[in-house]
Formats: sequence, structure tokens, C-alpha cells
Amino acid sequence: MDKNKSDELNYDVVNKSLTKVDGTALVNGKPVFTGDYDYSNGLVASILHSPKPRAEIVNIDVSAAEEVEGVEAILHQGNVERVPHTTAGQGYPEPSPYDAYTFDSKVRYVGDRVAAVAGESKEAVKEGLDKIEVEYKELEPIFDLEESRDSSIKIHDEEDSTGIYDPERNIAANVDIKIGDPKEVISQSDVAVESSCRTQFAQHTPIEPHVTTAYLDEHERLVVKTSTQVPFHVRRILAQVLDMPIGKIRVIKPRIGGGFGVKQELLLEDVASLFALRTGRPVTMEYSREEEFNSSRTRHPMEVDVTLGATSEGKLQGIIMEVLSNTGAYGAHSLTVLSNVGSKTLPLYNKASDLHFFGDAVYTNLPVPGAYRGYGAPQGYFSLEVAIDKLAEKVGKDPIEIRKLNHIREGETSPIFEKLGEGKEGTVQHIHSCRLDECIDRGAEEIGWHARDEKQASKAHRKKGFGLAINMQGSGIPLIDMAAARLKLNEDGSFNLYVGATDLGTGSDTVLSQIAAEVLEVDLDDIIVYSSDTDFTPFDSGAYASSTTYVSGNAVEQAAKKAKEKIVRAFTDLNDEDPGKVELSDGVLIGEEERETLSEFALSLTSGELETDQQQIEASASEVPEESPPPFSAHFVELEVDTRTGEIDLQKYVSAVDCGTAINPNLAEGQMEGAIVNGIGYALTEEMKFDSSGRMTNPSFFDYKIPNTEDIPDIEVILVESSEPTGPMGAKSVGEIGINGAIPAIANALRDAIGVEFTEPPFTPEKVWKKMKDERE
Amino acid sequence: MKVEFELNGEVKEFDVDSGEILLDLLRDEGCKSVKRGCETGDCGACMVLVDGRAMTSCTLFAAQADGKEVRTVEGLEDELAEQLKESLLEAGAVQCGFCIPGVLISAYSLLSRNEEPTKGEIKAALDGNLCRCTGYVKQIEAIKETADSIGGSSNGQK
Ligand code: FES
Ligand code: FES
Repeated sequence: MDKNKSDELNYDVVNKSLTKVDGTALVNGKPVFTGDYDYSNGLVASILHSPKPRAEIVNIDVSAAEEVEGVEAILHQGNVERVPHTTAGQGYPEPSPYDAYTFDSKVRYVGDRVAAVAGESKEAVKEGLDKIEVEYKELEPIFDLEESRDSSIKIHDEEDSTGIYDPERNIAANVDIKIGDPKEVISQSDVAVESSCRTQFAQHTPIEPHVTTAYLDEHERLVVKTSTQVPFHVRRILAQVLDMPIGKIRVIKPRIGGGFGVKQELLLEDVASLFALRTGRPVTMEYSREEEFNSSRTRHPMEVDVTLGATSEGKLQGIIMEVLSNTGAYGAHSLTVLSNVGSKTLPLYNKASDLHFFGDAVYTNLPVPGAYRGYGAPQGYFSLEVAIDKLAEKVGKDPIEIRKLNHIREGETSPIFEKLGEGKEGTVQHIHSCRLDECIDRGAEEIGWHARDEKQASKAHRKKGFGLAINMQGSGIPLIDMAAARLKLNEDGSFNLYVGATDLGTGSDTVLSQIAAEVLEVDLDDIIVYSSDTDFTPFDSGAYASSTTYVSGNAVEQAAKKAKEKIVRAFTDLNDEDPGKVELSDGVLIGEEERETLSEFALSLTSGELETDQQQIEASASEVPEESPPPFSAHFVELEVDTRTGEIDLQKYVSAVDCGTAINPNLAEGQMEGAIVNGIGYALTEEMKFDSSGRMTNPSFFDYKIPNTEDIPDIEVILVESSEPTGPMGAKSVGEIGINGAIPAIANALRDAIGVEFTEPPFTPEKVWKKMKDERE
Repeated sequence: MKVEFELNGEVKEFDVDSGEILLDLLRDEGCKSVKRGCETGDCGACMVLVDGRAMTSCTLFAAQADGKEVRTVEGLEDELAEQLKESLLEAGAVQCGFCIPGVLISAYSLLSRNEEPTKGEIKAALDGNLCRCTGYVKQIEAIKETADSIGGSSNGQK
């Protein structure tokens, strides 16, 4: 099964497709998710969401609701402290504006919070919600992204919000980075091409919706068990909005049912906590699927315009990228996602010397975008990779050749790394590992790229097309994010590994355990991992920005090295061995005098026979990455278009990825496969639709179509391993990159098949058919 | 109202409300493998076997289970089930695991009827089980793998 295991690497535990450490519990359906715990005396709670896209709440009358039997508490703007904050779970100080309130006197989108009810049963809560009387003063909403900047309507006119770039013009965030004079360079260049793409509202849809339980423990401390990617950020934001010391709050993440970014956000925790504090009882809140669609987070819809200038040979000289990002009613992640559109894409084509990247993230009265796998890169790559294909056509080169001519290579850098970081300046960085050419070559071979002209469509009314897109991502956020790990030796030679890192289904508990086991030269079974509990595990920024394998992995590697050193030193001291002459190898401590298994030695360390020499061996380490080494990937698709119906038959999808050493090849492939299929949904079917009053019209899995088993093509993932010198055992992260390829590769394949440019996903049969018709006329 | 059905091998009587869905009853009974992903019959996370057929428990009233045999993953421990679980784990088909009980139910129901399904038949049997993590590749592989190994082990024994 280890088809993607490297033959060159010589590891015992790492680079092996071991099964997940939490796998047995999961596959047996054990009660390990947030919603699976039962609490005696527990309450349930739900939120009353706004039916209006923009309105002032003139009055809320909860008297009838309070009378409902079983209703225990009601929260609304009249009885909850107003604390400006951001719901974005980001490192402190957060780069997102403080423009959100637990409850506000204004609602800004259909689905916004109005009030919340806690009660003994779902039925009581529902009746309570129905009986709350809200008097709204409707205000004119803005839905159009272009109009918003020039509108006289101010979506955030409150006095106390901070960090909004230009509230007068509804601009939540702005970026403007210029290197050289690309306009001039492009006007002088032999060829110039443009592309202008527009992406839709799309959603993460983890199969487990958001769910949280808050309760007070026996010492009256607030405990929040929640499906989150960012337990430490949740704790900090809770402390802020509840005005409580951080130390009085414990946040626990059990197993969670997928996140993809939507759980990098404080969505239910504040309300559940308030209820728990007011009632003294455990309170569970769980979004329904409809609420998940209407009131969680989405991907930022964007308009991305790219202009390229190149020599007649196709060598890039200048790139201008302009972005207009829709940040909906609130600015969570608005600046950083916007920055990433450029920072994760432009360095890939570092042969272009002159660059301009600029844009705004603009408020509208629509649902709130946030973090979503790829974090702006998919939107940027769509326009960029479509433009690169057009350039190839213009200069008469193969799309592969044009990319090889221009992409970044080992030892090289891009000024973008330094100029554009996470909402502020970035850091200088050189590429130490890049096997993108090999990714391209192996992907091309697998899809049959060079023989593509000979391949005929399967039927006369069908047209065949091939498309390619390449991309990079990052591994964590340099000089901002931090991860820590701690190891404790047990009396049998096993280790407890404590990490703040958050496994959201990705397998990071397993990957981190593999790294620890490798360093300590023990079996994977000897590592007992415990993660994401703010009381017991050290800090970790959380699972986002492709950080865990690289950043948390480095922390684990260092902690394990320290633990190993401490064990060796203790053995040396206790046995009067010569320093430097003791080794821990394969579970055995070997000195010049003595030889003992690790388990014997570990037991002896807590034995009374040692008297005052008894000791607990523990080690911890913190990691702040100085760089964010990008993984690279090449995506190829083969498809056929039915010229009668516009239907796309996606036949084959090949992706080759350089993620450094794959710590667990099976799990790395799984990250790619999942991201690819998520990307295919984004490209072909997924779109949140709204009526004229800003209400989502398709908030169900029936109407918002994510791919199922019947929708997937033949998918092949190839791991092209490199060794990243700054990564743990040579690894880079691979959680997000797989989602960047589908839209541009499919758009390029469509153009190859029928000669029409597609700029607005999802590429539905109706759109394809209409485009073909327009083209004919 | 009173209903009686066999849950994971044990015949029990339940007191249910008329509108109560089977999903809620099962979770209240401690069968937490039955997950809530949508409550509209579209995601498959709540699937259980009703008289051996994979069904979404969120679209059944608890009362409809009367007289039937209901099995959840908690009660799925025979050789086929264990083999499926092992294959899913080995293949790396379990990421967050939230969809997995439903996937197991569908796959179990398929392989109970059809020992040698084609890839197309596997895809068709699982088309009601949404998974956002894995992209399905390894889930399909794992089920094929189970079919191959079960088919292999039963050869000659029958
Ligand atoms: S919860 Fe029953 S199908 Fe989704
Ligand atoms: S493994 Fe997460 S939904 Fe399937």
C-alpha cells in the first residue's frame, strides 16, 4: 500500500504509512466527538438569526419567551456586555478588525445573531426562539461588491469598532505592494495578456457542524469542549469577550469532524459560555446544517484581475494582480486572506521582476467569509494560471514549457516573501527544496500530456481537453505562529506526548507521534499523544496555514531530542559513565560500563532504591518558524465536454506534490485527495446562492452539491519527495496545497476542449452550454 | 407511544414521541456512532441497518422501527465488519472519522448482498455517504480490498 513511500529515506517510524493513532476509536464509532458526551443536568441552546440583511433592532421583547416552560435563559444585546472583538482565531494581536459583538443592536446579514435561548429541551428552546418579538427598523442593504466601495451606506458605522481600514468606504482591509514599475515594464514587453476571474461564495461543509459544550467545573472554572481548530485562540478571545482571566478558562478539543478553516473561528463558544456562567449548568449548542450554511463562514468571493508582460520567448517580466475581495458583513480574516492571494502565488513566478499586488476587502450585507483551506491562494491561482496558459498560447509554447521557464527554483527567492506577510511585512526566505519540475514531468507522464493531441473524445458530440496548473503554498506563518510540545517519560519506557497542535481529522496526532518515536527510537505504540487541551498541553497557534507538520512537527522533534539527551545524561550520571560515551539506540541505553533497556532504566528512575536520585524526565520545546517553506504541486486534468448539453465529464485528475519527506505517505496522499475533491466541487457545482434580500436559497446538501463518490474522476496522487532542511525530518506541510489546482486546471482544460474561456465557477452545464452558444453566434 | 424493536441484537421497548426521529432515539440510547450531519437525509452520517438495509435514521420516525431489526456500528462486530474496519484503517480512509460509521453501514450492506462488487457498484452503494475529508479514493479502495480478502477467505470454505 506504500506506493508513495520513498526508497531513499532510511527511517524506522517516519515515512511509513502507519495507521492513525486514533483510528480504532474512530472506525468503531466510539463517542469521541464534542456532541457525543452526555452531561447530567445539561441544557441545550440555539440562536435566533436575523431574517433581515441590514436592520436596527429597535426593541426585543423576550417576556413571552421567558414564560415558555423549560426555557432557562435568554441572551441578547440588552443583557450582554458589548465588547468589540474579532471572531477570527488568529495569533495575537490579530490582524482582523474588531468589528464583531456577541450581540449587537444592528444586524448586518441574513443569519446574523439576534438573540439566543437556553432550555431543557430542543422543543422548549425552539418555542422560546419563536416567541421572542423583535422590532426591526429595516435599512437599505448592499449586496454588490463593486457598489459597496462607492456607496453612501456604511455597513460598520458603529463608534467602537477598531482596525477597519476605511469604514467610510466599507473597506475592511487594503493591501498595496509594488516592486519596480510593472505597468511600464508590461507596456514595453513583447507580449501582454490579461485574465479576469470571479469566484463565488462557497462553503467548507465539514460533515460535523459546529458544536460546543460549556460548563463550570467543580472549582467554578469555565470549561469549553468545542469543535475548534484553535483552542488557545478560543480561550484568549473568550477571556476578552467574557472579561475573565485566561487562567479561569479551559478549552478542550476532542476529536472533531473536519474543519477546513471554518472552525478557525469563535462561533458558538461565547454564547454557550455565557449561558453556562448564568445558569451554572452545562450548555450544549450545535448548529443545524442550515445554520452551518447561513451563519458559519465561507470562502471569500473575489474578483482577481491579472496582467502579465513577457518577452516573445515567454519569459515573464511583470505581473499586476488586482483583487477585490468580498468580506461579507464582518472582517474576519479579511486582510490576511487578501494578502495571501498574492503572497502565496506571485513568488511562484519569480522570473517576473516587476510586480504590483493590490486590492481591497470590502464589506457587503452577505454571510461572512473566513479562513478556508488555501486561504486566498485558490482565488489567486485561478486568474494567474489561466493567464499563464494564455501567455503560452500567445508565444506558441507548451503550457508546461512556459511554466518551467518561469517558476521559482531551489536557492532562489522572491521579493514578495519579504514585502508581503500575514497582514504585515513578511520575511526574507530562500527556497531550499523544490522538485516542481519533477512534479510536472511525472504528472504529465501519468496523464499522457505529450500524447494528448492523439487522444480522441469518446463520442462524436464530445470534445476532449487537457489542462494544467501549478502552485505552491506555505508551511505555517513565519515569525508569528508558535507551537510547543512536551514529552514525559513513563516507568515502562513509553512517553506521553503533549501538544497544543490540533488534529482536525488530518492525522496530525499520528504524524507528530511518528516524529517523536523516530527521534526517541521507540515504536509508535510507545508514544501516547494528548493534544489540544489548554489546561494540560503547551501552547500551539492551532491548525491553520498548513502549519502542523512543519511548525508543530519541529517543536516535537526538538522536544524529543531534548528528552533523549536528558535520558542519556541521567544514565551517564547514575552509572558514572564517561560523558559522551552513552547512546540510546533501539530502546537500549549503551554505555561503556553498563547496558540497560530504556524500560528497565525508566522504571529504576522512580524506584526507592535510587533514593534522592529519583527523577521525572521531561522535556519541552517551543518552535517559532523563521521561514515557511512552500510545498509545490502540479495538477493535470483530462475531461470531455458534451457539446449538446454542456456537461463536463471529468475523467482523470493527476496531482504530483513535493511536500518534502512525507512523514506518513498514506495520510499525505489523503490530504491531497480530499483537497482535490473539495476543489473539484468548488470548480463544478458548489455555490451559495442568494435571493434579492440576501437570503441564501440553497442551504442544504440537497441544493448545495458537494461531490459524492459518483462525482469523482479517476484520481492519482504522486508524492515527489524532497528534503526540506528546515523541516522535521525533511518535511513540509501538505494540508492546503491540493485545493489550489482544480479550478485553473479545469478552466484550462475547458479552453483546450472547446476554445472558450471560463472565468466564473462553478462551471455548470448551463454555463458551459450558454458560453458555447454565445461563441457560435 | 410504545414501540418495540431489536437494537443491536436485543429486543427492547421504547417510549417515543410521535414526531421523534430514529436518529435521536438511537443517540439517546447511547449509540453515538449514529451521527447528525444534516437531518435531511442527504449526508449519510446517521445511517443504520434496518432489517439489513442501510437507511438514514434522520428520515425515519422512531415509530417506523417498530418490529424491525436495527443495527448500528456499536452492534457491528462480525468478521465482515471487522475486516471492513481494518481495511478502512489500513487504507488511510479514515480522516476525521465523522462519516465513517455511515460508510461502514453502507459498505457492510453492500458486501452482505454482493461479495464481489465492481468499483462502479461500490461508488453507487456509497453515493449517499458524504465525506469532506478523504475525497473517497481510499474509502473505495478499502471496500474493494475487503471484498477481495473476504472473497479470498470464503473460497473453498463454502
Ligand atoms: S444526518 Fe441523516 S442523512 Fe445527514
Ligand atoms: S473522514 Fe471526515 S468526513 Fe469522512
